[in-house]
Amino acid sequence: MATLDTKFILHLADNALLLGHRNSEWTGHGPILEQDIAISNIALDLVGQARYFYQYAASEINLRHPARLETEDTLAYLRDARDFYNFLMVELPKGDWAVTTLRQFFFSCWQKLVLVKICADSDPQLSAIAQKSLKEINYHLQWSAEWIIRLGDGTDESRERLLAALDLLWTYTGEFFKGSAFYPPVLIMEEISEAWHSLVDSVFTEACLQQEFNNVLSKTRWMHSGGCDGLHTEHLGYLLAEMQFLQRAYPGCTW
Amino acid sequence: MVNKIEHSALSKAWNICANVMDPEIPVLSITDLGIVRSIEILKNDESIAITITPTYSGCPAMDVIAMNLRMAFLSHGYKEVNVITVLSPAWTTDWISTEGRDKLKAYGIAAPNPVQPVCDNEYFSMQQAVQCPRCNSYHTSLISQFGSTACKALYRCESCREPFDYFKCH
Repeated sequence: MATLDTKFILHLADNALLLGHRNSEWTGHGPILEQDIAISNIALDLVGQARYFYQYAASEINLRHPARLETEDTLAYLRDARDFYNFLMVELPKGDWAVTTLRQFFFSCWQKLVLVKICADSDPQLSAIAQKSLKEINYHLQWSAEWIIRLGDGTDESRERLLAALDLLWTYTGEFFKGSAFYPPVLIMEEISEAWHSLVDSVFTEACLQQEFNNVLSKTRWMHSGGCDGLHTEHLGYLLAEMQFLQRAYPGCTW
Repeated sequence: MVNKIEHSALSKAWNICANVMDPEIPVLSITDLGIVRSIEILKNDESIAITITPTYSGCPAMDVIAMNLRMAFLSHGYKEVNVITVLSPAWTTDWISTEGRDKLKAYGIAAPNPVQPVCDNEYFSMQQAVQCPRCNSYHTSLISQFGSTACKALYRCESCREPFDYFKCH
């Protein structure tokens, strides 16, 4: 078995942590109480998944580099932007409810397809984390898909906002299928891309936006990339400044 | 003889676990929930290793449960208490005991359905029928898939008009 690149574990962890952090910004600000609770619960699941990935990444890094003493906390709180390997999409500001739910939907689709493949891989710990996470992701996917349908097939305003969110986020979806040298061979990007697009297409059709979705698809556009190489948007720096402040100002602080 | 002692020490240990409650659903013990996977007693009852599995990845109750477990065994005279977390096989609501399901219902929370349509790969499955824990009606509707804790969904009974929590299948 080929040795798993620890950057891939960090990639999965960073995606989950940053999206969890962005979603948590809605806590206390959700459009209605039930949805405030829903997005906060999704944030909690994602941060929980990130913890498992970080714990595993830390143990693997320490095993391979005995001089290093990483923990889930050092990986989350003491790395700088250039050492994060998340997709650019998850670090973008939370935007309005349409941006938040569409991003969650895009990401949950990707996460589901990738983790199903990882389950079948021979790395036992990564497979265990993937199996655990998938149970939660099914709920995230269902919740976010229902929001896409509600917004797309709702009022003129909700439809406009969803289309604006689609326009904003679409150029960040290219990274989902670009892969990276650190991806394990079990992930065949063409396969994942095809499954992802067909899943997304079916939900946009249900949301009465098939024509609009096809328009976006047919426009061959330049796609953002760089996240897997540690090249990020300016938003990540601000996010890390807020998230990492306490550990950097008061090293080792606990509560 | 040795086996008998080992056996009684082990059943004592399971009893201790059965008195450690879920901090968020205080009528349920961690054995009712099915999160205690195994117990191993080492060195003349002085040292014990308990293996647990988390319900939800981000469930904040897990840290409290691990601490309460440690406290419970220390207060029963164990000198070394090791709480190990395993992820595989992943916890499922099918592991909640029959007593656990009865306790949930008595507490006003609908117990999870044994069939798991939403846990399947189909992300758009038919909504399952959930029984109201108060009036037993199946004429209920989902308000939100996400409730007051990670493990619960929010429902409304169309018969008695009361809202209630549903321990969603996982």
